[in-house]
Amino acid sequence: MKTQELTHLDQLEAEAIYIIREVAAECENPVMLYSIGKDSSVMLHLAMKAFYPEKPPFPFMHVNTTWKFKEMIEFRNRKAKELGIEMIEVINEEAVEQGINPFDHGSAYTDIMKTQALKQGLDKYGFDAAFGGGRRDEEKSRAKERVFSFRNKNHAWDPKNQKPEMWKLYNTRINKGESMRVFPLSNWTEKDIWQYIRKENIDIVPLYFAKERPVVERDGNIVMVDDDRMKLEPNEEVKMKKVRFRTLGCYPLTGGVESDADTLDEIIEETLGAVSSERTSRVIDQEAAGSMERRKREGYF
Amino acid sequence: MKSLLKFITCGSVDDGKSTLIGHMLYDAKLLFADQEKALELDSKVGSRGGEIDYSLLLDGLMAEREQGITIDVAYRYFTTDNRSFIVADTPGHEEYTRNMAVGASFADLAVILVDATKGVITQTKRHARICSLMGIKHLVLAVNKMDLIDFDEKRFAEIKKDFLQLTHGFNIESVQVIPVSATEGDNITTNSENTLWYDGMPLLPYLEGVDVQKDNKLDDFIMPVQRVSRPNHTFRGFQGQVEAGNISVGDEIITLPSQEKAKVQSLLVTDKEVDSAIDGQPVTIQLDREVDVSRGNVLTTSKQMQSADMFTATILWMDDTKLVPGRNYLVKVGTKTLPGTVMSIKHKIDINTGKQIPADQIFKNELVECDISLSENMVFDTFENNEALGGLILIDRVSNMTSACGVIEHSLRRSTNVVWQETDITRDIRAQQKGQKPLTLWFTGLSGSGKSTLANEVEKRLVSTGHHTMLLDGDNVRHGLNKNLGFKEGDRVENIRRIAEVSKLMNDAGIITLTSFISPYESDRHSAREVIGDSYIEIYVSTPLEECEKRDVKGLYKKARNGEIPNFTGISSPYEKPVNPEIEIDTSQYSLEEATDYVVKQIMKYLD
Repeated sequence: MKTQELTHLDQLEAEAIYIIREVAAECENPVMLYSIGKDSSVMLHLAMKAFYPEKPPFPFMHVNTTWKFKEMIEFRNRKAKELGIEMIEVINEEAVEQGINPFDHGSAYTDIMKTQALKQGLDKYGFDAAFGGGRRDEEKSRAKERVFSFRNKNHAWDPKNQKPEMWKLYNTRINKGESMRVFPLSNWTEKDIWQYIRKENIDIVPLYFAKERPVVERDGNIVMVDDDRMKLEPNEEVKMKKVRFRTLGCYPLTGGVESDADTLDEIIEETLGAVSSERTSRVIDQEAAGSMERRKREGYF
Repeated sequence: MKSLLKFITCGSVDDGKSTLIGHMLYDAKLLFADQEKALELDSKVGSRGGEIDYSLLLDGLMAEREQGITIDVAYRYFTTDNRSFIVADTPGHEEYTRNMAVGASFADLAVILVDATKGVITQTKRHARICSLMGIKHLVLAVNKMDLIDFDEKRFAEIKKDFLQLTHGFNIESVQVIPVSATEGDNITTNSENTLWYDGMPLLPYLEGVDVQKDNKLDDFIMPVQRVSRPNHTFRGFQGQVEAGNISVGDEIITLPSQEKAKVQSLLVTDKEVDSAIDGQPVTIQLDREVDVSRGNVLTTSKQMQSADMFTATILWMDDTKLVPGRNYLVKVGTKTLPGTVMSIKHKIDINTGKQIPADQIFKNELVECDISLSENMVFDTFENNEALGGLILIDRVSNMTSACGVIEHSLRRSTNVVWQETDITRDIRAQQKGQKPLTLWFTGLSGSGKSTLANEVEKRLVSTGHHTMLLDGDNVRHGLNKNLGFKEGDRVENIRRIAEVSKLMNDAGIITLTSFISPYESDRHSAREVIGDSYIEIYVSTPLEECEKRDVKGLYKKARNGEIPNFTGISSPYEKPVNPEIEIDTSQYSLEEATDYVVKQIMKYLD
């Protein structure tokens, strides 16, 4: 007898839920990282479904660089309250005091405000496993990432020394001080994410939808002027343009695209016919080839 | 909705796997514009002198680019008008066979590449066998570099014949052999003008159409329990993924291994209440009565399924340390993890011929059939019946590495043949009669560290205070019980295993056992602790090597330094220091009497 076949999205959902439940059952002190973006929204939604009627048996953690879009923080606070989940916020306070910002400190900014803050948060609470929304289709070095990715005491990743992952038999055992990053969305593509958001009617930050927003053009990217900390170059001028964002992060580092897509169907339509893979709208990735891998070895998510 | 095909590509180092997939994506216009641009730019500095090097799309990690090989599995995602695909591009190099197995365990179909100028080689055979072992039922042989042999039909036919001969006898459902050129694009997305003699489909259209739906041999419902959800005292749900069959509200199920019967009272698929659920869905099941079920147990409608504590499995060894029988590992099957021991190696399997070869130790990348004994009963099935309950991994208890993966061939019903003899006089009664708490005092340390001298003094002290003891000394045991063992690693492991078992029996008899063995490996001491349980007290005699060598009571260090004794601990073989010994003593710092005083005082803490 042939088995009934689940759709592509059903299979991805089942796989992610299986992974999330395994971590909850086997790890001592897991946490789910929540970046407020669409992938995190999907992951949060899956966590709610995986344990229903129970709430997820672990807290959520947001690494706040203090340069996120205002609408992101509002959305985060509203979601945590609505769902009744524990939301931990970590900020590298020392760096904030030193005035570290994305304009003057370039790639060091990402390391200090994101990577260091993340490590501080994980160490502070002693989390042994952290879920992340990373997908293998995002970037070449992520294409080789395991679902369970092991990090040493310093949170560093050794691509040559990862555990073989067979079937669904995840080995979650670690030595003292080591930790894991777990990626339940490993096998999802950007298209899958959008289709799942539509199918499940998942709430996402309004920034994904096209709207008139104050922006400037900088190095070929459209950057939104979200508050008055944005320093303008002499030749730059703030214009209102109908834009939306394909990924969300720190507003000065996130490129928008001009678009009229203000419904999910229109976004999906644009995405399916997209001529540019999504990470090009992250300004940070346009450094030398292999930049993501280098950052990962240093502990970036 | 479109269906999903998960497949892997495998082959030898220069067979052109990455190029093949890269070319397929490129021709099928499945690349994003910026990836395409990056590919062309990268190629200018690459090895094909300005022409597009399609492999650059897949070879991601910097280390690999520098070495020009693929060391890890890269996953790619693409969708055509007819199907969604996930392709795992796997390493060809022998050193990374385990990574290939990772890709194979994930896939429904394998595209195996061979170089037409070389034909079927050892690596092809190895990969085909691993694919088959990991449960892949559909194979495609892509005979690549056809352009280099002028699209020779006869040569192609020979390679095809070799491959079919190789896979004859494998448990597979379909094989397709396709002549291609990955760099030039022949028979990738469209039929090539150069191979008019080939009447089959090109690669991509074939992959779009091939049917890989599993024939489910069992209609019985099976769900290994991942976790028990108890949000409040009224709700108790068993969560897991349906691994076979269907289930409906009202169905009667059996719990394993507790073998209780209960009816399904309510059923959730994720967060939706439903009447029935099918294979592959994540569910939460509430039963109509209290049952003894926790993570690692199984809910099923099958009347045949049972639990046992021993099975025969074929495993692929993936660890840098070799496998020797007697070693203790964690065995994970489904959602259950238990300590288990590889009892005996039946034979190795030659990857080229499939022939069985006798062996007593196994190295990385070797296939082996062995018997595995578990510390208690576990619910499992053969891999052929059910992948979810028939696949296993072995986890090293010290390094936590995944040392092996494998498939269960059949159960060994030791449990039904050798029944544990329950006796009326228990361990507690025997201990009470002797008026003491039985312990095993496990002395470990380098040769010449003073273990035996110290153990001897400690025993005298214990006897003089009215305790009942037994001293097992390394040399003495080897004259009798372990007479048949040598000094190879496998024998050393067995030596320690027997001593641990004897110590345990002595403890059961109410006796305090003292053992004095170098026992250099953490994993062996760990196993001993496992066997002996709470009674195990590790005493690390930490006298430094220089001091031991200076003493050299038996003249062994001198011989070892001269190379007369191979594998001498501390000189040519490692001593792994105990991580958390209950007691530690460096005899170079104290007189024998002082050392004995100290150790006895520490032991008394455990005796009270």
